[in-house]
This record gives sequence, C-alpha cells and structure tokens, in this order.
Amino acid sequence: MEQPLLEINNLKTHFKTERGRVTAVDGISFSVEKGEILGVVGESGCGKSVTAQSILRLFDEKYTASYEGEIKLQGENLLQLSKAEMEKIRGNEVSMIFQDPLSSLNPVFTIGYQLMETIRIHQNRTKKQARQMAIDLLRMTGIPSPEKRVSEYPHQLSGGMRQRVMIAMALACKPKLLIADEPTTALDVTIQAQILDLMLELNEELGMAVVFITHDLGVVAEVCTRVVVMYLGQVVEEANVEELFTTPLHPYTKGLMKAIPQMDGDRSQKLNVIGGTVPALNAIPSGCRFASRCEFANDLCKEKAPDLQVHEGNHKVRCWHYAEISNKEAARHA
Amino acid sequence: MNVVEVNVNPKRVKHDLKKQERSLLLRRFLSNKLMVTGSIIIVLLLLLAILGPKLTPFDPYEMVVKERLEAPSSHHLLGTDNFGRDLLTRIIYGAKVSMWVGFASALLSSIIGLAIGLTASYYRYLDNILMRICDGLLAFPAILFAIALMAVLGAKTENVIIALTIVFSPEVARIVRSRALVVREETYIEAIRSQGASAARIIWKHIAPNTISPLLVKATFVFSEAVIVEATLSFLGAGVPAPDPSWGNILSDGKDVIYTAWWMTVFPGLFIILSVLGLNLLGDGLRDLIDPQSSTK
Repeated sequence: MEQPLLEINNLKTHFKTERGRVTAVDGISFSVEKGEILGVVGESGCGKSVTAQSILRLFDEKYTASYEGEIKLQGENLLQLSKAEMEKIRGNEVSMIFQDPLSSLNPVFTIGYQLMETIRIHQNRTKKQARQMAIDLLRMTGIPSPEKRVSEYPHQLSGGMRQRVMIAMALACKPKLLIADEPTTALDVTIQAQILDLMLELNEELGMAVVFITHDLGVVAEVCTRVVVMYLGQVVEEANVEELFTTPLHPYTKGLMKAIPQMDGDRSQKLNVIGGTVPALNAIPSGCRFASRCEFANDLCKEKAPDLQVHEGNHKVRCWHYAEISNKEAARHA
Repeated sequence: MNVVEVNVNPKRVKHDLKKQERSLLLRRFLSNKLMVTGSIIIVLLLLLAILGPKLTPFDPYEMVVKERLEAPSSHHLLGTDNFGRDLLTRIIYGAKVSMWVGFASALLSSIIGLAIGLTASYYRYLDNILMRICDGLLAFPAILFAIALMAVLGAKTENVIIALTIVFSPEVARIVRSRALVVREETYIEAIRSQGASAARIIWKHIAPNTISPLLVKATFVFSEAVIVEATLSFLGAGVPAPDPSWGNILSDGKDVIYTAWWMTVFPGLFIILSVLGLNLLGDGLRDLIDPQSSTK
C-alpha cells in the first residue's frame, strides 16, 4: 500500500492548567490518504479542534501545551521539526481554515494584502505577481469581480465571502492537506451548501486531501469519504462513510445517528438524546470513557478501558461488546 | 400629472457612495462638538507656535529697561515682563517650546512604549522583566521623577524631552501591552500563524497596527500631561533654562511680581490651561471616535 499523506500515531496533547496537567487528546491514531476527505466528528469539547491545531503545532509549546506520539506528513515526523521548519510547513504543505470567518481576517488590512502576504511568505514573488495570484485565487473560490474585491477590507464582505477568502488564503500555496475546522458552522444554510460545494470542487480539482472537522453529521454524509468519531479525546469509531451511516457500531455513534432529525420522520416524537454530560478532562473515568452515559455498560466497561479493535476492513471500534449490542438491537427491531 | 424625469448617472451614484463612506468619519467628528472645539484650540496654538515668531515685531530676548512691567496696551498687547520684554512674544516663543516638547515626548514615548509593550506581550519570558521595570518607573510620581532625571541630565530643552519620554513610556507600554494581549488571542492571529508567519511578522505587522487606536488616544493625553510637566519643571527651574521662554518660566518670573503685574501670571497660565484643555478634549473625542462602545455619552 502507498504511504499515507498524513499518519497520526498515538498522538497525545497535554495542557498545563492551574488544576494540573490535562490531556485533551489522548492517544489518537488515524491516517489520511492523498486526495481523500476525512471527517472528524464528535460533540463540543471532545478534542476535534485540539487535534486539528496539534497537527500544525499551533499551541504554545513553551508554556501551555506538550505533544507526544507521532504526526507524520509523508513520512516526516512534524513533532520533531524545529520552529523555523514548522513555519515552512504551515500554509505551504498543510493549511487550515477556521470556524469563524468573521474574525479570521485581520481587520486593518485589505483582503488582497493578506492573500499576497501568505503567497509571499512561502514563494519568491514580486508584489505584482502576488497580486495577480491573489485575484486568481479569489476567482477560483467563486468571488465575483475579484479585481475589485481584492482591495476591500474584511468588514466590507459578508461571512460567506470571508470564508471564501479564507479558503483562497489556505489554498494560496497549493497545500497537500487542508484542515478545515468547522468551516461552515458559523454560516447560514444556503451559504453552507455553497462552501461545501466549493470545497468538494477544489478537492477534486487540486487533489488536495482534507481533514474536515465538524459536529454536523449531515455535512459528513455529504462531503466525506471516511469518518473518525471522537469522544473525550479518543477515537471511538472509524469507518467509511456509508458503513458508518448504515451500520454504526459504537453506542455513542448510534446515539449520534438517532439524534439526527429525519425530514420524513414523525415530528411528534422527540429526538433521541444521549443522556448525561461529557466527564471533565481532569476527572476521566478509569474504564471506558463512555460508560457513564452508555445504556449497555456493565462492570467490565466501568473497570477496564477497551482498545480500538478492527471490526471489518477499515471499520474500527472502541467498545467491549459492540457485537452483542448490534445483535440485541437487530432483535428489538425484528 | 407632471412627470418629472430623473436622470441618474450610475457612475455618479457610485462615486457619491464612496464619498459618503469617507465622509462618515468626518461627520462623526463634526457631530462631536467638544472634539471640534479641542481640535480648533490645538490647531490655533500650533499655528501660533509656527507662524507667531514671524508675525511679532518684538524680539523675545531683547530687554528694554524703560518698559519694565508695562500693563497690556495697544503697543504691548499682553504687557511686558520684569525685563521689559514683550509678554505676547515671549508666550508665542513659549508656545513653540511647549508644543515641541509635548509633541516630541508624546511621539518618542509612543514609539518606545509600543516597542516595549509589544515585546512584553508576545515574549512571555521578557514580559515579567519589562513590566516590573515599568512598574518600578511608574511608582515614582511623574513630576518628582522628571525633576530627578533633569538633575542628572542637566537643564536643557532636549533633556526635558528625554526626561519626559522616560517618564511616560511605561504608561504607554502598559496600554499597548494590554491591548496586544487581547489581539494576540484573536482568530486572525492564529490564522496567519497557521499560514506560516513568523513571530516577528505576527508582532510587528499584525498585532502592532491593531494597537494603534488606544495608543493614539494615550499619546494625546501624554502630550497634554507633558505640557503640564514641562511647565512645572520650568517653573521650578529644572526645565527649559532661562532666558529661553517657556510658559513655565514666564510664570516663574511672574510669581515675584504677582501683586503688581497680574498679566505675567494670568496670560501664560491661560495658555497652559487652553492647550491642556484642547488636548484633553481632542483625546476624549478620539477615544469616542475610535471606540464607540466606550463613549462617555
């Protein structure tokens, strides 16, 4: 098999806090193939964004964060690179777009200036060339009359436009991997659809891999080929998108699926809710992390943490008795 | 029924729109009467300082013993001082000194304060060192500290500027640092970091311009404080050395003859009040203009 573009092995991200060390991402492993769109889903606070930012080592390593494990980009471990080497990776090989386009652009510079800056950080271009590139990028991301827009300030653009600018910026150096951290969460639904279409298009055109972080399973179904489900800093399930939606194995994933409103469903019925709350990061249970909220949990679950085990092919799940649960459920439906 | 034909030129409309946007700031400025007043005072004082020396027929240093302590008249508009020098001319030359000292120390302490504040906000290991030094400097009352510095440096107009810069830089540094600490947590800073920008680029190119607005407001107040402190220093004989005119040392000359020549105390005092008032009104207005949320209204 070909070497994957990005390979994360047992990544742990620790934070120093006033209440001691907290491990926000605890032993995550997954890989991203060239040109694929990998979804990372999970509820708020499960470590999705921390994973994303860890890949680019965006946290302050001197004072707040420390990493363990391996993040291999084409075989090269990013965690062992120097600061300067890391700066060359950021924006050039791996780019990132953020959740809130309204605050992701510096208000004091024109968007053209900011685009040109990204280009000129990594490439040796004259101002004129960079400006032309910026205009082309804006055109590529579907911004009308880019020649005019290029000299406008962020506040003159709408949220959707600004997210397009962010995407243009991220694509400026044709990165091999784009990390999209909830890029559509802050946008309204029609704009959301446009941005997703744009990302799909660009993924196809440029053959760039995308790690798509979201809590919206609808979005996952639309754009992703493979999905990693995270819960409390760990991967609980990993599968191809069809498989995940047809046969979810982990009780948590099942809970998430049931919580999606169905257009043709019975509206008088209440949506399924996963009871309880996520345990705090400094009070992580010793057994299975989901046990306190799982309706199938027994003593084994509370005592011993399960490992991620392979179910079939590349469908992995972290649960002691996912097989029984699936059988039980099948029986219930029958 | 009459049909009125309206001829709209689309190009014209566009042009007007752009003009409108630009005039928004101007309109907000004009609607703030206090700020307009302040600006007018400052502009007049600056004009006086720049053009005044060319307009007055008198020499600020020439002593005319015959004309000592003359009351305001049509010949000497504001009277003369105890050496027979024309008071208005002295005040005009004093305005030049005061405005120059105030402006220069505001500018220099802004530059130094900006550098210290930004460095402290970004490099946390320097933060403690720099801020403790600033705290130490801020612990001295401004005037006392300035007098001490002048004692070390020697009475000279340039030294007044240096002393005031040392006195006011820590204040500016604190303001810049606190603003920079907010800005560095903004998503756009993280975004440009994720694009591969180096620390130096982030600090000087992306954080610095976002701290300019509070800095500008602070600089105006430093200007006005510097005018007062300079006047105080000169009054005490630790500032601009005689015979160079400065509002402070005119006041100082006047205090000995306050019962016989009121004009020597009142007029320079009035100019100090006017300039400080003008600068403070301007500073308040700037704050409201830049940050409408903290508006005093």
